[in-house]
This record gives sequence, structure tokens and C-alpha cells, in this order.
Amino acid sequence: MPDSSTATGLHTEAHNPALLHHFAEPQQQRDAASLGMWVFLATEVMFFGGLFCAYLVYRLKYFGDFGAASKTLNVTLGATNTAVLICSSLTVVLAVWAAQSARRTLLIGSLGITMILGLVFLGIKGVEYNDKFVEHHVPGASFSFEKVPTPGHPGQYADPHHAQLFFSLYFVMTGLHALHMIIGLGIFLWLLIMACKGRFTPEWHTPVEIGGLYWHFVDIIWIYLFPLLYLIDRHP
Amino acid sequence: MPQPERENYLNKHYGVWSWLLTTDHKRIALLYLISITFFFFIGGFFALLIRLELLTPAGDLVQADTYNKLFTMHGMVMVFFFLIPSIPAVLGNFLVPMMIGAKDLAFPRINLLSWYLYIIGGVMMLHCMLTGGVDTGWTFYAPFSTNFTNTKIVEAGLAIFVAGFSSILTGLNFVVTIHRMRAPGMTWSRLPLFIWAHYATSIIQLLGTPVIAVTIVLVAAERALHLGIFDPKLGGDPLLFQHLFWFYSHPAVYIMILPSMGVVTEIIACFSRKRIFGYSFVAFSSIAIAVFGFLVWAHHMFVAGMSVYAALVFSLLSYAVAVPSAIKVFNWTATLYKGSIRYDAPMLYAFGFIGLFTIGGLTGLFLSALGINVHVTDTYFVVAHFHYIMVGGAVMGYLGGMHFWWPKISGKLYPEGWARLAALIVFIGFNLTFFPQFLLGYMGMPRRYYDYSHMPEFQILNVLSTAGATVLGVGYLLPMLYFLWSMRYGKPAPDNPWNAAGLEWKTPSPPPTFNFDEEPVVTWEAYNYEELDAPNKEEVPVAR
Repeated sequence: MPDSSTATGLHTEAHNPALLHHFAEPQQQRDAASLGMWVFLATEVMFFGGLFCAYLVYRLKYFGDFGAASKTLNVTLGATNTAVLICSSLTVVLAVWAAQSARRTLLIGSLGITMILGLVFLGIKGVEYNDKFVEHHVPGASFSFEKVPTPGHPGQYADPHHAQLFFSLYFVMTGLHALHMIIGLGIFLWLLIMACKGRFTPEWHTPVEIGGLYWHFVDIIWIYLFPLLYLIDRHP
Repeated sequence: MPQPERENYLNKHYGVWSWLLTTDHKRIALLYLISITFFFFIGGFFALLIRLELLTPAGDLVQADTYNKLFTMHGMVMVFFFLIPSIPAVLGNFLVPMMIGAKDLAFPRINLLSWYLYIIGGVMMLHCMLTGGVDTGWTFYAPFSTNFTNTKIVEAGLAIFVAGFSSILTGLNFVVTIHRMRAPGMTWSRLPLFIWAHYATSIIQLLGTPVIAVTIVLVAAERALHLGIFDPKLGGDPLLFQHLFWFYSHPAVYIMILPSMGVVTEIIACFSRKRIFGYSFVAFSSIAIAVFGFLVWAHHMFVAGMSVYAALVFSLLSYAVAVPSAIKVFNWTATLYKGSIRYDAPMLYAFGFIGLFTIGGLTGLFLSALGINVHVTDTYFVVAHFHYIMVGGAVMGYLGGMHFWWPKISGKLYPEGWARLAALIVFIGFNLTFFPQFLLGYMGMPRRYYDYSHMPEFQILNVLSTAGATVLGVGYLLPMLYFLWSMRYGKPAPDNPWNAAGLEWKTPSPPPTFNFDEEPVVTWEAYNYEELDAPNKEEVPVAR
């Protein structure tokens, strides 16, 4: 290997195996990792921010058509998924606490339950996507949205083009969110393996913390997506 | 070699893998240096073909379609694969940890990852160029890019997407490093202004780049599925594309120019032997440029069909950017005042920067004025303006910095006479290339036309511009040649050949792998040239 941590001659105390050579002390390394994740999440906010901006522009421009398209989404499944993700945030917090307080069984259990909840979310999302596919609401050649009334405007029908815009944004936004969930599941799988090997200690469990930060962020994105896509102007 | 060389980051390990798997920020900086130089010459080659085509009024060298591809690929390569990574990924990578007294960046492996992402993006871009290229202009405006052109938009977009990630990771690394890795005593107000400039740059990279990334996702989705997001026929709004595009691509100009300003600040302080005038003003003007830079994007869209009210607001905000920029220029000038000025090559580039950036900046004010903007929109005036900023500004700063820190990077001295000559050639060549373009644009020559045979009176200025481009090309080749020459034949550099302030000069040239033999403790302010030059000065302690 090109670099080896033994060559510096700068560490006089016993070397902590988790401490990388270029940090002076574990606290500095922990702070750097945590700040790094926060900064990364800031870029993620901007990444989704562009999409939220596009969505808001068209939502305002084609309010009724978007309302009609939004009404075809399954709000029960959406709400269930919201509940699932909120529960998974709880188990993530439990995992971090378990790592801090050296409760290994709880740590492994919380990580596992978090992953199961994540998979449940993706499964429900898959059912929703399938429904849209069956209803010909997937943008493209077979898209069809004929004679759907505009909510609040009796006798008017939604413009299929504008409805397709709604579904385009719906699929891009929830699709990117789902991609983030899948990446999150990958991270948590790695955390689970590390936890089973007993690598995390009260002194060193930074990956659990910053992996948790990431998971919370992905949850929060959904907390915004759900009302924007499912709930606005939803008449009973 | 008369005596065995001391161990440094260059000779510690040998072999290809010791470079391709390195996590040393200095080695990664050199990897970046080689790769961006490669792309610089590709982009330059396209520029040369463009200038050759415009030598005569008739479109006689290349076909119209080829010309469209030439200026598109010139822009994409130069912006995304040379200018954006240039100073941050090479000089920033090399210097940020050393200037703050750290052993490395906070995330060395992510730093290496960012280089690999850059290379993956670069290979995709090369493949895209070799198999047909793109003809939309580097701005790839919708709906032309989404619904009409049949060139390789998606592939070029993905290349930029991947390279954008590399840029984000570099910015992330810098922000965390500057916050968490400073040496004892290195307070924020003692940081070199190069660091402040890179901090501001990183903020733009972090907050701007994701927006262009998601725009590219939308363009790719639109092309694949005809969603209609940017297609007016389906209710989409092409203006939304322009807003999203310029929300990144205007601040991207500050990604290019801010690091250059940081370089120039270091050089001017060193070669006038004075503490920089108004340290905190220069520091915070970097942050102000980063913040204002996010609020002016729509001045690229004055004729695109925005509301007049919005145009007025964006015009006013664009003027506001001039304030922090002018603060910098005035403070540099005030630093020079009564300084003991030396005219070494880096200083020549710094002088070039101040002059050319001022011209570029002032013509930017012309362009933020609504009336003049309408007159010169999409003319060579705009082309000249942004080349004064991006080439006259950013590239001059980059070359100045390369000369200033070359002894530190390579451990060798470059030939000063040749370097001064090259600086002069670059300055003359640059002005000869781009000043005529201001005149052409003001007379009404539109950009992106390969044939101006209905306006043969434009030829003389175009001939001047092409001649200038040739001179400029020589000016850019020279440093590459003598830098390479100096690596083998140059005189060994002392640790501090300029007698400059700054932690990077208090360690051997080239530095050891972990930058400092002893961990530095900072007890002095930045740019303490008065102290350094004081007669019978005590050795300033590196550590205690």
C-alpha cells in the first residue's frame, strides 16, 4: 500500500486501530465524519430541491389538472408508508442509542427491524407503481388519462398532457427517493454485518451515527413528498 | 545525484499502483494536474478549429453541423473538465491541508474517489466526442436538447453528472477539512485568504452542483420517455430548464474565479512584501460573492421571456456582485501601494489577472444593464466578456499559482526567464484574441455562427482574433514544456524560494508524505511579511 500509518512518527501513545493516521484524536475524526455527512445532506437537499421547485411551478400552473391526477394516488398506501418510515426512524434512534450504550443485541435487532421496515416501504411502493402501470398512468406511449373530472370544477376534465406532467414528476421524485432507500438499505446491511462482528463500541460507533443521519434524511424527504403528491387539494 | 535525496511524497513509493491507489492529497493533486492538462489541450484543439473556421467569412473549413459540435464540445470540456476542477482539484488539493497545518484532507479515500469519478466522467465525455458529440451548445437548452437534436445528449449529460459528483466530493472534503483539521493556533482570522476563497468555492460546489445534476436527470428522462417536463407542446416550460440550468451554471463561474482570486491574493502579498490590505474584507468578500452568486442567475435569460419585473430585480442583484469583486480589486491595489514589488513570473500573472478580471467584470456590468444586454445578447460581446473572466481571470490565476507553488510541488525551480516570457506571451495573445471580440459583438456579430459572408467587414477583427489565439496557444504550451524540463534539469528548489509566509513554505520542498516533520503550532497572523523581512529577525518557530 502506498501509505502506511506507521511511518509518521507522530503518534507516541498506543495506536487506536480505528483512528486514521491523519487525525490527531478520535474526537476530531468523529466530528469530521459527522460534519461530512451533514454537508453531504445539504447537497442532497439541493438535489431534491430542484425537483420540488419544478413540482411547485407546475402544481401552481396546472392546479386543477394536478389535483385530478393526484386524486388517483392511493392515499391509504401512502399514509401506511409514511407510518412505516416514521417507525423506522424510531428504530434508527434506538440503534444509535444501543451502540452508544454497548447493547449489542438491541443494536442488531434495531438495525434488522429498520431494514425490514425499509423493505416494507419499498414493497408498498412497488404495489403503488404496479397500480399506476395497470391504470396506464405511467408516462410514455401507453399513457391514458381521458375524461377524468377536475376536482372542484364540475363538468371540467383534466388535460391529459398536464396530468402526464404530474405523473412524470411523481415517478422521478418517488423513484429517486426509492433509490435513496435502496442505498440506505445497502448501508444498513453493512452496519448489520459490522454489528454482528462486534465492531461497534461506545468509543467508536461513528458509522451507526452517520448512517442513521442518512436514513433520517431519506425519511424526511418522504415526509415532504407525501403531502405534496398525495394530499394537496384532496376533497373527500 | 551527489547526495541521497531526503524522503518526500514523490520518492517515498514507486510504481503505478502507488499512484493509482494513493490517498495522499499531494499525489492526487498531481493526478488531477495530468488529467486536466490533457482535457485543456483537447478543449484548446476545438478552440483552434473554431478560430480557423472564422478566419474567413465563408463557412469553408468545416460543415455547419461540425461547427456546432466544435463549440459545444469546446465549452463542455473546458467548463466541466478543465476550469471547474482546475485550481481546487490541483492547487487546492495540494495546498489546503498544508496551509492549515493538517496531514491530509479529512477524507483521503473520498478524495481519491473524486479523481476516479472525474476520470470516469472524462472517459464518457471522450467516448461521446469520438462517436459523434453534441451540437446544442454547452448550455443544452430545452426543448432543442430534449426533443429535437439527435446527438449524444444523454451520454454527455451523464458524463457531466459523474464529473459533478467529483466536484461535490472535493468541495465536501475542503469544507470539513477547513472546519475540523486546522493546526493548533490556526484560527479563522489567521487562515490564508486562499483558504477563504476555497471555502467559498466549496459552498458553491456543494449547493449548486446537485441542481444541475437533477436537471440532467430530467433531461435524460425527457429524452427517453417524452415526459413533457420541458416541452411546451405537452404543457412543459422550457424557461424552467433555463432557470435550473443557470442556477448552477452562473455560480459555476464563481467556482472558477474565486480560487483564482485566492491565488492572486497570496501572490500579491508575497511579491509586494506586505500584509494584505483589509484582510477581513477580502475574506468576507469571497463569502459574499458565493452568496450573491446564487441570486443573479436569470441575467442570462433577459431576452428569454421573463417578466420585466423579474428582469429588473435580477439586473439589480447582478450589480450587487460587483461590490465584493471591487472590494477585492481595490484591496489588492492598496496592498501594492508602497510595497517592495518584485516582477517574478507569478506576479506577472497576478497583474494580468487584475487587469483582465477588471475588464471582464466591468463588461459584466454592461451585460447586467437591461438595455445594453438586449443589444448584445448572444453576440461576441458576451463571448469576449466571459472569456475575460474565465480565461483572462481563472486561467491566469491558475498559471500564476502553478508558477508560485511549482518549487513546492516538484522540488525544482522553473527557468524564470522563460516563465516571464511566457507570461508576456499569454497576456498579449489573450488580449489579441478576445479584445477584437468585444468590438465584433458590439458591431453585432452573433456567436455560434460559422459563416459571416454577409458581413465581410467583420473579417479583419476575426483575423486578429485568430492570430491572437495562435499566440495564446504558444503561451500555454511553453509553461508545460519548461515545467516538464525543470522536473529533470531544473535546479533543486529551497524550502522557501520566495521567502513567503504561509505554513506550506515551512516544510521541505517537496514536502514529506505527511506534510510536516513536526506538527505546526501557529502563533502569528497571516502574511506577516513585515516580521519576515525585519532585519536580524529571529527564526519564526515552526513548532514548539
